[in-house]
Amino acid sequence: MRSSNLRLFVIAGLLVAVGLALVVSGFASSSPDGLEKVAGDKGFLETARDHTFADGPLADYTVEGVDNERLSTGLSGLIGVLITFGLGLALFALLRATRSRSGGGKGSEPTRAP
Amino acid sequence: MHIPDGFINAPTSLAAGAVAAGGVGVSLRRAAQTLQERQAPLAGLVAAYIFAVQMLNFPVAAGTSGHLLGGVLAAVLVGPWAGCICVAVVLVVQSLFADGGLTALGLNITNMAVVGVFGGWAVFRLLRRVLPATRPSVVASAGIAAGISVVLAASAFVVEYALGGTGGVPVGTVLAAMVGVHTLIGIGEGIITALTVGVVLGVRPDLVYGASDLQAPLVLRSQPGPVPGR
Repeated sequence: MRSSNLRLFVIAGLLVAVGLALVVSGFASSSPDGLEKVAGDKGFLETARDHTFADGPLADYTVEGVDNERLSTGLSGLIGVLITFGLGLALFALLRATRSRSGGGKGSEPTRAP
Repeated sequence: MHIPDGFINAPTSLAAGAVAAGGVGVSLRRAAQTLQERQAPLAGLVAAYIFAVQMLNFPVAAGTSGHLLGGVLAAVLVGPWAGCICVAVVLVVQSLFADGGLTALGLNITNMAVVGVFGGWAVFRLLRRVLPATRPSVVASAGIAAGISVVLAASAFVVEYALGGTGGVPVGTVLAAMVGVHTLIGIGEGIITALTVGVVLGVRPDLVYGASDLQAPLVLRSQPGPVPGR
């Protein structure tokens, strides 16, 4: 009973996250963030190099080939939320598994984020 | 707050990479020991929610925006160890979106997943100790700690800039500007964190790690009346 409640909570929470990333993200401020603004004002923004994946299919929260700006941002957000949830779920399930095997002891070193 | 490649030199980035690896490594070990079964899907949800809300830049001053960092939110909901991992996962995924340089990943994890989470968690714990043990106190503590955690993360950047900034701008100038703008962003962080923690406390208070001390007395309280078996 409790666990199906939890499943419902997680699904509802995920829907909220998807809604925010898919729809609300298109209305977010496009002004530079705090660090970028400071870097620009104080004159060290030009020391930034292009990102390794600057030409990647999801660069700058857009989906390559989708021209509508809000839709492109929204779809990239949806993809990001799903990847993050999947990766998080897998990682934490793995952590749980290492504990179950080692009976709550130290266990083997789990895979580390790069 | 995401540092791009190039702002900070290689040695400092490497050193921050070691700090980040250490912080995340310890968090992985501790989370593996303490995470309860039901917390695993919740932690995945927290990471996904933070990814989503980090996309929602809000305006803070003329031509400047800010977004949630989520460190205190994650720590209050799933605990600091799992919380650190949540934010680190978000930062890794954001690399696919060309947000935050790959060589700066250690710097960004240090600032937002280590300093933001554990610094903010320490402030939260301190506030919880001072304020009465009630749900409104948990919400207020989370909000205030979240706001302060943004300034702590911004200060961590200034330390990195002092150690290995490539731009040659005086550290005092960077410090004043970073703390100033991130105090404003911290207000937004505090509001979003307090709102989210408030909603979860209202729906499933048992899922809020930072309020787990409020559960026990409620469960143990007994009705006045005859004691069975006597």
